[in-house]
Amino acid sequence: MESVNAKYVSQKISKTRWRPVSHSTLQQPDIFATGSWDNEDNKISFWSIGNPGSSSLDDGFEGDPQLLCEHKHDGDVLDLQFLDQDKIVTTSSTGAVTIFRHHQNSQTISVSQRCSPEIVTVGEDGRIVVFRADQEGVVRVIENADSSTIHAVTYLRTTEILTVNSIGQLKLWDFRQQSNSPSQILSLSGDRVPLHCVDRHPNQQHIVATGGQDGMLCVWDIRQGSAPFSLMEAHSAEMWEVHFHPSNPDHLFTCSEDGSLLHWETSAQSDMPSFLQGGRNNSMISRSAMAPAGGNQSLISAWLSGDSSKGRVETTHMLPSQTLSVNSLDVLGQCLVCGTDGEAIFVNRQVPV
Amino acid sequence: MEELDVEPAITNIPAASDGKHLGFAWGPGDILAYETLYKASSGAKGSGCSFIHEVRKDEDIYSPILRKLFNESHHIFVGLQTIKEDLPSKNKKPQFVSISKNYRSVIRACMEELQQVAVSTKDAKVAMQYGNQVSILLAIELIWNLAEVLFIDSAPAGSLLLHLLDWVRLHKADVDEKATEVLQSESPAEHKDYWDVVLSYVMQGRLEESRQMLVKQATLHPAPRSMYKLMDTLLSKMPFYNPGGNQTLTEYDVKWRHWHEEVDRCLQDNSFASNKHLEIICRILVGDEDTLLEHKELLGTWYHFLVTRLLFSHPTVQPTELHYYAQSCMTMFLDSRSVPEPLDNILLAAFEFDIHQVIKECSIALNNWWFVAHLTDLLDHCKLLQSHNVHFGSNLREFLLLEYASGLFTHHSLWQLAVDYFDHCPDLGRVYLELQIERVPLNTERKALKVLRICEQRQMSEQVRSICKIMAMRALKNNRLGSALSWSIRAKDAAFATLISERFLQDYCARGTFSDLDLIDNLGPAMLLSDRLTFLGKYREFHRLYGEKRFGEAAKLLLSLMTAKIAPRSFWMTLLTDALPLLEQKEVIFSAGQTYELMFCLEELTSSLSSVAPATDGTMQDEDIEQTKVELLRLALARNLAMAIVKEGTVST
Repeated sequence: MESVNAKYVSQKISKTRWRPVSHSTLQQPDIFATGSWDNEDNKISFWSIGNPGSSSLDDGFEGDPQLLCEHKHDGDVLDLQFLDQDKIVTTSSTGAVTIFRHHQNSQTISVSQRCSPEIVTVGEDGRIVVFRADQEGVVRVIENADSSTIHAVTYLRTTEILTVNSIGQLKLWDFRQQSNSPSQILSLSGDRVPLHCVDRHPNQQHIVATGGQDGMLCVWDIRQGSAPFSLMEAHSAEMWEVHFHPSNPDHLFTCSEDGSLLHWETSAQSDMPSFLQGGRNNSMISRSAMAPAGGNQSLISAWLSGDSSKGRVETTHMLPSQTLSVNSLDVLGQCLVCGTDGEAIFVNRQVPV
Repeated sequence: MEELDVEPAITNIPAASDGKHLGFAWGPGDILAYETLYKASSGAKGSGCSFIHEVRKDEDIYSPILRKLFNESHHIFVGLQTIKEDLPSKNKKPQFVSISKNYRSVIRACMEELQQVAVSTKDAKVAMQYGNQVSILLAIELIWNLAEVLFIDSAPAGSLLLHLLDWVRLHKADVDEKATEVLQSESPAEHKDYWDVVLSYVMQGRLEESRQMLVKQATLHPAPRSMYKLMDTLLSKMPFYNPGGNQTLTEYDVKWRHWHEEVDRCLQDNSFASNKHLEIICRILVGDEDTLLEHKELLGTWYHFLVTRLLFSHPTVQPTELHYYAQSCMTMFLDSRSVPEPLDNILLAAFEFDIHQVIKECSIALNNWWFVAHLTDLLDHCKLLQSHNVHFGSNLREFLLLEYASGLFTHHSLWQLAVDYFDHCPDLGRVYLELQIERVPLNTERKALKVLRICEQRQMSEQVRSICKIMAMRALKNNRLGSALSWSIRAKDAAFATLISERFLQDYCARGTFSDLDLIDNLGPAMLLSDRLTFLGKYREFHRLYGEKRFGEAAKLLLSLMTAKIAPRSFWMTLLTDALPLLEQKEVIFSAGQTYELMFCLEELTSSLSSVAPATDGTMQDEDIEQTKVELLRLALARNLAMAIVKEGTVST
């Protein structure tokens, strides 16, 4: 792929994330953060890919990411999220949660994530811990939430979270309840393959995608069934991250230990709103009950079209082959960044979404 | 013991005090040294020193900029190994040349970055260290380039000289810098370095550029115009061999001799006698060695001298004749110094086409196996190395790759690269990998997962088992039973699964409830891994059925647990006690047959208990409790039996 270049950075990358761009402008993202792992001195770093669109060189791809600044980090960087334009929060293999501010690189302890100023963290000890951004200290701890390692967590709604663990279960937790047990448990029947990553559909909160140790991509419908809706063979080794594209959720990206990064594109057969198409999608929603979140979106996401002949899923590899494990990826707008164990960062600015 | 090639270098350990004896221990990549007493005599007490010194041979793998070299070259290496074998070697030459160029560009990129840092840093020590690394990389690239020209590209006569010219031009960049400086001055022709630049251009065979420079001089001094014109003509008419053209080597040779004679005539005619600079140029064009040697500082190195000399006296040199010229040039150039440097020896060996000598000298001179390993691997792919067995088994390429990869494995982060190198060593790679991979420290689960994946992909089941056991034990110590179970499931380790189930059961006996219900309820097919685990799952199912008031199924399950011998004998008492509430129900749950079986089990249990001698420290209370339980059970069983017989004997209308 011509528009993908490797930048070698002398550290194994465990996480990369784009800095969020404000929704009002239609700018492409230009700054991303990375965290390293397996070093004696781990670091978080901020990189810039320059100003896309400012120069008219071939396809707008100007060159390597440039290092803006970096900061020492205690322990492996296990997760990294942007809180806002200049603050990021990281979790470490020492069990610490830290917030860094860009341009100053100072540390303050507070926590926050996405929609609400609340951060939830999970780990190898099987606890779920909730912090609040502005107060110090912990808001809520669910001890012994899980007897095995919880690998990933995501917010479904402001009061509900979803966790995946190493015995292959998805657990739904409702914070409005006081009990320390999950409100719902979903799992694959058959082998209890550990699940490593989970991501929620940006517009339809009941659709969740997970990836596991055997490289299978599962799409679940939370509201019904305790089994995944569809299973797709994706990779030949652990899948480390799965992401729906935030503005174009018919596209999904996964990366894996086997060194590949896949771009999944699903397309419904026609553009007609699905309630006019008769009963072809047998599952799903009582359509009357479900009001679409906005505009003219199709009520049924193409991800949940059970019949494979009616909806297509196309997969494309996005990296040259033979890289070491791709540990992390992030996609925003038309830009994709990923980091590998071969100490390389790949940036693609021409993602076809 | 073999004769040593060079004297070993002595390293001083600065922190160790004088006069102390040092003990040491070898590690995979380094030595640990500590102060000690020479003889362990009973009375002597020396002053203790609490330091252990670590002596590392290879500092380079810890340099952040050089790490990029290792990573990028790893990528190229893996790509090289997967070139298809179906084409004969001859057709793959362009591929190999491009791979060689890839390696070289990686080296250059690294060199530039190091140079930038060396120049911009304020720390003198760092600057010196980086400066050293830059010069080593320069030398490496020089050698690699020459190896590419001579061995991989193996140009025939004619193109050989052209390639060598390129080689020299690439490594003598200061000419361009000087030229720019001269050209940017107000009057280039009067700049002090002007003639140096012209001569350097001529000596590098860049005659076009030298002509352009001379024009400036000509315009400044219009008087001896005819001389400049003559020189210009001579320079423009020098023939260069065109490999792509249809001129044979002999034809070119004839043309060149013709031109050479013309230059010689001009010299004999004293056409340039009045201008000493032009005279010098003319002598150089004729190939006069003494003139060349007078400009040693412009040439800089003996190999530049070699190439220039060949250019102007023997441009159709054959590869096999190179080493005569090389040897003589080196002697002529270096007569002021007595001992040639290691780099000179390496280059000389290359000109002699003695690949093994090149590799050997490089191995001695450098402190890191990176260069020799990759170069040897590439040359081996070009089928240029005869199988040259080293004493330690395996051929040369494999030996070097193994050494390099073992060095990588000692690095806390670069060990992942080494795995691929071991994969491509067919003889001993697997064994090395098996030994090394177990020693990678596993700090986090994620790292353990990656290591496991490496082992599983290569069917190293021993290592998988041992790593899973380490992780499972760790989880067990932290009371993470679910994690421990998932690790033992991955390793298919029945014994460990049994251990974990025992822990669960002990917890249950101690507390009366199960912990980690989410795990036990959802075991699925993993339950079959070990008997104890199956029992645990089934026992929990029994509790669930009881909780859902499905007593009939619960009873059947309970009985089957005992009769099918899934339950361990030690647990039977508990199971029978669990049966009590079922026996005491108003309804008859256990049928007569089932009751008989229960009674049988009870008898078996009590007989085995009584045959075992009672423990001396068993309290009287325990025995009493046991006795009471047994009696209660007998009573309940009898009552149930009665009711069951009656019920079964009753005809329902």
